[in-house]
Amino acid sequence: MYNEIFDRKIEDVGLQTGIDRLTPEKIEKTVKQVLEGETGAKLKVYHDTCVRCGMCAKACHFYQSHLEPSYSPVAKIHQSIGVLIEKDGKVGPDFIYQCAQIAYTECNLCRRCVHYCPLGIDTAYMMSTMRRICHKLGVTPQYIQDTAHSHSATMNQMWVKDDEWVDSLLWQEEEARDEFPDMRIPLDVDGVDFLYSVIGPEPKFRTHLIYQAAAIFHEAGANWTMPSEPGWDNSDMAMFSGDFEMMGRLKRAHFECAQKLHVKRIVMGECGHAFRSIYDQGNRWLGWKDYPVEVVHSVEFFTELFKAGKIKMKAKHPGIATIQDPCNIIRGRGLYDHLRFLAHEVCEEIVEMAPNGEHNYCCAAGGGIINCGPPFKNVRMSGNKAKADQLKAAYDKGARTILAPCHNCHGGLEDIIHHYGIDMEIKFLGDIIYANMVKTKAVEE
Amino acid sequence: MYHSIYDLVTGPLTWLGFGVLVLGGLFRMVSLYSLAKKKDASSIAYNKAKYGIRSILHWITPFGTLGWKENPVITVVTFVFHICLLATPIFLGAHIDLWDLNFGVSWPALPDHVADIMTVLVIAAGCFFAYRRVVDKTVAFVTTWKDWFALCVTMGPFITGFLAYHQIFNYQFMIVLHVITGIAWLLFIPFGRLSHAILGWYSRVYIASEFQGVRHAKDW
Repeated sequence: MYNEIFDRKIEDVGLQTGIDRLTPEKIEKTVKQVLEGETGAKLKVYHDTCVRCGMCAKACHFYQSHLEPSYSPVAKIHQSIGVLIEKDGKVGPDFIYQCAQIAYTECNLCRRCVHYCPLGIDTAYMMSTMRRICHKLGVTPQYIQDTAHSHSATMNQMWVKDDEWVDSLLWQEEEARDEFPDMRIPLDVDGVDFLYSVIGPEPKFRTHLIYQAAAIFHEAGANWTMPSEPGWDNSDMAMFSGDFEMMGRLKRAHFECAQKLHVKRIVMGECGHAFRSIYDQGNRWLGWKDYPVEVVHSVEFFTELFKAGKIKMKAKHPGIATIQDPCNIIRGRGLYDHLRFLAHEVCEEIVEMAPNGEHNYCCAAGGGIINCGPPFKNVRMSGNKAKADQLKAAYDKGARTILAPCHNCHGGLEDIIHHYGIDMEIKFLGDIIYANMVKTKAVEE
Repeated sequence: MYHSIYDLVTGPLTWLGFGVLVLGGLFRMVSLYSLAKKKDASSIAYNKAKYGIRSILHWITPFGTLGWKENPVITVVTFVFHICLLATPIFLGAHIDLWDLNFGVSWPALPDHVADIMTVLVIAAGCFFAYRRVVDKTVAFVTTWKDWFALCVTMGPFITGFLAYHQIFNYQFMIVLHVITGIAWLLFIPFGRLSHAILGWYSRVYIASEFQGVRHAKDW
């Protein structure tokens, strides 16, 4: 039976500071405001009709890793937003701490449980709504809140200043001159085929990814640009912190940045959540049923380049690789076939993880959990033994490389392979393509 | 005395039961749909019948989805339970006789012994669900009085119907109890947990459209 005492509380200064400021009246008022103002039939139907069959438990990597009832998707609702709905928001601050910890750090919003629910209940939506309430109450984990603050102050995720952004691009262009004498990273070119957008961490600490992407576009003879103004960052941690107003501002800035440059479309780097923010959540907050400017994910774009013969491989990535199917692009956007096509184009041999494709387990970093920072790292590690087991099985079949076209998957799997001692390396598609493609425009080595 | 009670439960109270089922059900469906139009426009904008139908066909097929495949015992019990739960009261000879007597309509009936077995299956499945609510820690953790209430309301007419048919205990008392529990069943279908019978289709069609239409992925 449901234990009223939450026995796995983790200290977080952001959550605690928020809780210290709460009063029961404020909680009740805010809960009502969100439930009555921002939710409707969807939440009501989910709450009323869930028959508590428990079938969803097996879907969740947290449950599969702990085998403990309180980690099942339905249990997470039962210990958080379900109670708020039942009690009409009449709960104390300590209970909100529990709600926030569950919603922000024990659910990746990966939606795997949808495949298990006969009634089609969307637990991720309910957890998102829970986060929304927490955000409005000012109870958010410190690290992800810092990221959300960065979004609101700089319109990017990593406190990258405007001049630093342009500087980073020029720096990478200069670096590339040794290898590709004619290569440019075009800035603010009007009317080109596509605008390339990345997430904040790329200029901050994964700058080589910009280099690699530029090299691939250069080799393919692409007509492209990057924007110099804010809006270049397609990431959106505000979407995960529950700051939907900020989520909307970010998406608007991103699309407007492309519209101002009159580009035909936006190509997005290898990121999952940023993709989710433009096809799923950010666009809807702004009232857009679809994109105002067409967006293609790198996985789609690289597929186009290979199919058109614009990029050819000199050699395939050696050895056996396995594929991490990121929730937000596979279960979220059906790019399974694209990713398989590319994986077989660039790798010598692929062994699949089981389950895979749209039934794949999340990396446990997504949904903003990795952005909740060090206090919750062990939640991700102990909560994803399921993924470690999958990786070990792939390792036993000879796989030494994990192909993961998503930043969060990279961060999450990096931690998992270290924590569980699995000797594998993780690669972006861009890493492998850049390293092994035919470079007709490079200087002779 | 007995006849007046019998007449009351099989007359006005039965009308009330069906009335609440139909009107209450319609009210819930219409009011929630208009609420969805008002508050969930950014979700239902993607609804498409073909996605919903495709999804429903998968989910009404035993082992046709990941969830059913991964929970084989529940799958078998759930399908047997729901089929017998709906088919038995509709195709029971005694019920059809009542329709014939009161409205002059009738349709083919199940042989009595088959209906009897199906009733036993419903009761057995109900016992299995009750067992899970107590013994399976994952289910016990999330079980509330609402779930027990829904189970009791559902099982009531089947247990009393079985006892009445076999004339265990007092038949006259049991048949009145059977009608009363049957009316309770009808009364509660539009509300609470049992409303999944009418509202589950909404969430199914919506998530189907969300997955197949927006996410280009299966929802099964």
